[in-house]
Amino acid sequence: MAARAPVIPFRPRPTKKKLVSDAVLGMILFVFVEIMLFAGFISAFVIIKARAVGSVWPPPNQPRLPFAETAVNTTALIASGIVLLIAHRMFLKGRGLGGGPAELGAGQAGSRGGRMPPHGSSGGVLAGFGGLLSRPVGRLLVAATLLGGMFVGLQGVEWLALIREGLTITSSTYGALFYTIIGAHAAHAVAAILALAWAAVRLRRGTLTRDALSAVAIFWYFVVLVWPFLYFVVYL
Amino acid sequence: MVEPAVDLAHGHAHDDHADHGPQGWLKYLWSTDHKVIAMQYMFTGMFMALVGGFMAYVFRMQLAFPGIDVPGFGAVSPGEYNALVTNHGTIMIFWVAMPVLLAAFGNYLIPLMVGADDMVFPKINRLSFQVFFVSTIVILASLFVEGGGFAGAWTAYPPLSAVAEYNLTRLGSTLWVIGVGLEFVAFLLGGINFITTLMNSRAPGMRAFDVPLVVWMIVVASILFMLSVGPLLAGAIMLIFDQTIGTGFFNPAAGGDPILWQHLFWFFGHPEVYVVLLPAMGVVIEIIATFSRKKVFGYRIVIFTVVATGVLSFFVWAHHQFIAGIDPRMANIFTITTLLISVPIAELCFVYIATLYGGSIRLTTPMLWALAFVAEFLIGGVTGIFLGAAGADIYFHDTYFVLAHFHYTFFPIAIIGTFAAFTYWFPKMFGKMMDERLGKWHFWLTIIPFNVIFIPLFVLGMGGQHRRIYNYNLHEDLNSEMFQDMRILATGALLVMLAAQFIFFYNCWKSGRSGPKAPKNPWKANTLEWTTESPPPHGNWHPLRMPVVYRGPYEYSVPDREDDYWPQNEPDGGPLKVIDGDS
Repeated sequence: MAARAPVIPFRPRPTKKKLVSDAVLGMILFVFVEIMLFAGFISAFVIIKARAVGSVWPPPNQPRLPFAETAVNTTALIASGIVLLIAHRMFLKGRGLGGGPAELGAGQAGSRGGRMPPHGSSGGVLAGFGGLLSRPVGRLLVAATLLGGMFVGLQGVEWLALIREGLTITSSTYGALFYTIIGAHAAHAVAAILALAWAAVRLRRGTLTRDALSAVAIFWYFVVLVWPFLYFVVYL
Repeated sequence: MVEPAVDLAHGHAHDDHADHGPQGWLKYLWSTDHKVIAMQYMFTGMFMALVGGFMAYVFRMQLAFPGIDVPGFGAVSPGEYNALVTNHGTIMIFWVAMPVLLAAFGNYLIPLMVGADDMVFPKINRLSFQVFFVSTIVILASLFVEGGGFAGAWTAYPPLSAVAEYNLTRLGSTLWVIGVGLEFVAFLLGGINFITTLMNSRAPGMRAFDVPLVVWMIVVASILFMLSVGPLLAGAIMLIFDQTIGTGFFNPAAGGDPILWQHLFWFFGHPEVYVVLLPAMGVVIEIIATFSRKKVFGYRIVIFTVVATGVLSFFVWAHHQFIAGIDPRMANIFTITTLLISVPIAELCFVYIATLYGGSIRLTTPMLWALAFVAEFLIGGVTGIFLGAAGADIYFHDTYFVLAHFHYTFFPIAIIGTFAAFTYWFPKMFGKMMDERLGKWHFWLTIIPFNVIFIPLFVLGMGGQHRRIYNYNLHEDLNSEMFQDMRILATGALLVMLAAQFIFFYNCWKSGRSGPKAPKNPWKANTLEWTTESPPPHGNWHPLRMPVVYRGPYEYSVPDREDDYWPQNEPDGGPLKVIDGDS
C-alpha cells in the first residue's frame, strides 16, 4: 500500500487578531437585547392600538400627547448624540485632549490599548471640573451629558403636565403603554447619562480608555436612536 | 509526550493570583474563576432539581391516589396542586435545565475548550451567578408566602396570572414574575460573556471551524436566548404592572389583549426550547465522537444546521396557540414552519448515527447517556409532528399527549444530556474517575422508569385526559379503572426513578472521595480541556504553556498514526519540542 499524503497540511502558528474589542462587542450584544426589549414594547403598543374599541385611538376621554412640544426634547436628545459622536471620534483619533490648539495629546494617544496619558505636569492648573472643560473632548462630553439631562428633565416636566390633564398609568391602556414604554426609555437614558458622567470623571483623571468610552457611547447612541421610533409610534 | 521546554520554576505565579482575593469559603462566594462559577451554577441547579423532583413526586402521588396523605407533604389541596405543577415546570426549565446545561457547562467548557484562561468579563460572570442566586431565593420564597406559590401554570397566561382574584396567589404570582425576570437578567449577562469569549479569546491557531461543536452550540443557544428574551422581559414588566398597580395590558375589559402575552411568551418560549436543546446536542456529539473514535460526520454541515435551526426557531412560536383564536391562515403558516424545523433536527440525529456508523464504539456510562439522548429525543421529536400540525393539535391541545411529548423532549435535554455531560467531564471537573458499575445501574434505573412514566401518559392524552386537573376521578369520562391503573403505573415508575437518583449522588460522593485519580486525558479525546490538569488550575494552563491549536477537534483514527486520537494542540511533526520565538 502506497504511503498516503498527510491528511492535514501543516498550519503555521497564526497571530491572534480581534475584530472588535471585548468591551465594544459586549456592549453591542447588550444593545441587541435592548433593541429586542423595545421591539417587544412597540409590538405590544401596535397590537393593543389595532384592537382599540371602534378603532378610536387614542381613547376619546384621554388627553393627546404633546407631539409638537416633545420635538424640543427630541432635538436636545439628538443633538446630544451628535455631540457625543464628535467627542468619541476625536478621542479615538487622540485629538482634543490638549489644553489649547497645540493638541498635546495627539502624539501620545496612538499607543495600542488606548489608555490616555494623564495630563501630567499641568495637573495643578487643570485639576477639577475646569480641567475637564479646558479640553475639547471634555467640553463636548460635558455638553452631551447636559443635553441628555435636559432631555430627561423636559420629559419629566411633560409627564407632570400629562398627569395633571388626567393621563395616568391606570387611566387607560393608552396611559399604561405611554408610561411603561417612555418610562423604560427614560430609565435607559438616566443610566446612560450616569455612564457618560462616569466617562467624564475618568477623562478628568486621565484613566478613560478608548474601549470604555466606546462602550458608553454605543449605549448612548442606542438610547438616542431608539427614541425617534418611540416618538413616531407612541406620540403620533 | 515530551513537554515543551519552558521554565517551570515560576509555575505557581498564576495560582498565587487567586489568593489576593477573599479567603476561605468567601473565596468561593466571590470567585471570578469560570470553573468555580460553573460549579455554583451546577450545584444550585442540582439542588433545584431535587426541589422540582419532590414537587413531581407530590402531585403524581395525588393523581395516582387522590386525597392521600402524601408522605413528606401531607394532603394536597387543589390550590397547592396548582402551585406544585406551576412551580415544577418553572423550576425544572428555568432553574435546572438552563443553569446546568447552558450556564454551568457553558461556563466550564467554553474557556477550557477554546484555550482561554477565563471568560472575557470575569466580574460580569460573577454578577451573573449572584443575580441568579437572588432569583433562586425569590422563587423559593414565593412558595412560602401567604397564599402559597404562583398557581397560574408555568406559561402564566393572563387573565389567570394577572388577576389575583382568579389565581388566588397575589404575592406568589408577583414574586414568581420577579424571580423569572431576575433569572433572565442573569443568563443575559452570562450570554454576553459566552459570545464574547468565543469570538475574542480563542487560542492562537483556532479558527472558527476548529471550535468544538458543543461550544458552537452553546454560543448559538446564547444568541437565541439573547434575541428572544427582550420581548418576554417587556411582557413580564407589563404583567407585573397588571398584577400590582392595576394597569390593563392583558385585560380585555380595560382595552388590553390577553393573546398579546401568549405571543410575547412564546416568541421567547419556543427559541427557549432550542436554547436548552442545543447545548445538550453539543454535549452528545462530543461524547459520540470520542467514544466511537471517529470524526464527526459533516462537522460544518452540523454548524450550518444549528444556525438554520436557530433562525427557524423564531418563526414557529404560534404553534402553541392554534386554539387560542388565531387566524387559521396564520395557523397554516406556523404549521409549515414547525414541520420545517423538524428537518434540521432530524438531520442532526442522522449525523449522530452516521458518526457512530463503523466506529469503534465503547459503551461507557457517558456514551450510554448520549445514545439514550438520541433515542429518547427522537420519540419526543416524532410525537411533536402531531402537535405541530394545526388540525391534529385541535384534538391534542392541552392533553397529556402534549405533556408526554414535552417531557420526551425536555427529559432527554435536561436530565439525560446533563448526566451525559456530568459523567463525561467528571474526571476533568473533580480529578477522579467515576465508578462505571454504579453509573450503569443509575443509567438503566433512570432510563427504563422514564419510559414507563411517560408512555402511559401518551395513552392517557389520546384518551382525552386534560392537563392541570386536580382529581380525575371527579370527571366521569376520565374515571375509568384502566386510566387509573396507568396513572398508578406512571407514579410507581416515578418513585423508582427518583430513588435511583440516590445511586448517582452516592456515586458522586464515593468517586469524589475514593475514586482512582483521573489522568489528564482519561478518554483520549482531542479537545483542549483534556490537555490541562484534572482538575484544571486557576487560569486553566500554565501561563507560559497556553495551548496553540493546529487542527480541528475531531481527528480520531487518522490513518498512519500510531494513536487513534490527535489532540488539537499537537503540531503535525510530533510533540512540540521548541517554542516559537514570536510570543
